[in-house]
Amino acid sequence: MTVRPLNRLQTAWRAAQDIGDGMVVNLGLGMPVHVADYLRPEVDVFIQSENGVIGVGPLAPVDRIDTDLVDAGSRRITLRPGASIIDSSSSFAMIRGGHVDVTILGAFEVAANGDLANWDMRLANKGPLVGGAMDLAVGARAVWVIMEHMTRKGTPRLLETCTLPLTAVRCVKRIYTNLAVVDITHDGMVVREMLDAMTEAELRARTGAPLIFAPDCQPLVTPPIATAD
Amino acid sequence: MSRGDAGRMPIDKRVNSAAEALADVSDGATVLISGFGGAGFANVLIRALRDRGAKNLTLVVNSATHRYSLTHELIEAGLVRKIVCTAARGHNKEPSPFERLWVAGKIDLECVPQGTFAERIRAGGAGIPAFYTPVGFGTDLVRGKEVRCFDGREHVLEQAIKGDVALVRADTADRYGNLTFRYAQLNFGPVMAMAAKLAVAEVRTVLDAPIPYERVQLPGVFVDRVVVAGT
Repeated sequence: MTVRPLNRLQTAWRAAQDIGDGMVVNLGLGMPVHVADYLRPEVDVFIQSENGVIGVGPLAPVDRIDTDLVDAGSRRITLRPGASIIDSSSSFAMIRGGHVDVTILGAFEVAANGDLANWDMRLANKGPLVGGAMDLAVGARAVWVIMEHMTRKGTPRLLETCTLPLTAVRCVKRIYTNLAVVDITHDGMVVREMLDAMTEAELRARTGAPLIFAPDCQPLVTPPIATAD
Repeated sequence: MSRGDAGRMPIDKRVNSAAEALADVSDGATVLISGFGGAGFANVLIRALRDRGAKNLTLVVNSATHRYSLTHELIEAGLVRKIVCTAARGHNKEPSPFERLWVAGKIDLECVPQGTFAERIRAGGAGIPAFYTPVGFGTDLVRGKEVRCFDGREHVLEQAIKGDVALVRADTADRYGNLTFRYAQLNFGPVMAMAAKLAVAEVRTVLDAPIPYERVQLPGVFVDRVVVAGT
């Protein structure tokens, strides 16, 4: 049986559906920034970027680029109405102090107890890059992860124990993958949604930790979204 | 000039050049350098520091190298002994100037979570020698640090960072050293200026009139020298 996983943008779309009105949201580099493009129309949020921008708007059009107005991914952005800018220590006070409702981060691995590994792939001859990942994983009121369910080599990323260096312990609440939506609970990983074409055995075969299937487990359905690549 | 002198000149922190502003930076100095993501890099001062040639520097900077920053010039000139940063990865497949020296064991690295980095510098300027934070607990970056439990949660003891000199980019200044910043230029500028013995700001322009109090983002009390760098 062939499984057609979601593409990156469809996975971001699914995460975006869970963003509630009025939330303060921090989006990590990579797949998570696309969440901003798929928020439900009735939802109004402030996107916080850890370099101190509160109220990140759309990317700046080419004729309105300002090199002093960037987000944490060095992207040239605009501000939304009501935006403000604070210094880095205040921005991380906002994050650490529990004033950010949710951060959505990319990840290499997540463990069944919520441990997160998303900063160090142990690349030879490459310097480490931690940025604000540890602060966000510890400080945000909820940590959601968007990731591919498996590595390019076909090994699972959802594990009993992380093998890569940890970003933070027991911090992840929810995982959106290209195959399923999984919650981290006291009992372990609970599958809330799964691609309709998959069986429980097929998802288990792609996962490195025990899975509990919620009694009301739903099909994971998204609209078709074309990716640029 | 005595305080009672009715004709006294008001405080004036303007200097004529970046070279003059950094003339007393010595070997072994710890240099705090603001800037993040292309905003707020003090590149005129960084280049003047390279020309000054002080050696064995410790740089405290968010990114060891960045495509819009000139820190690589200090590294390539062999002036840097250690870097304290949150991001030490080059942008390209080939190693960055930092990565080459780091792999060869010729430069030390302390990689710090960004919020802890900002708070350690803030503490350095605020008279706080150390503080506990939940960030980093259970990770490689805090190995060997003291851990203590507060409210049922593990915290790590982190020490303040102070600098001998801070290089900060701002938008406008007045003669008193008051600063304004454009957009995300702000980043580490205020805390770095506060945490350094000598805070130097390069600005787009110095205004003739004092900056109105409600627009001052960093009071001149925290700024020692101001140099016009242009846009």
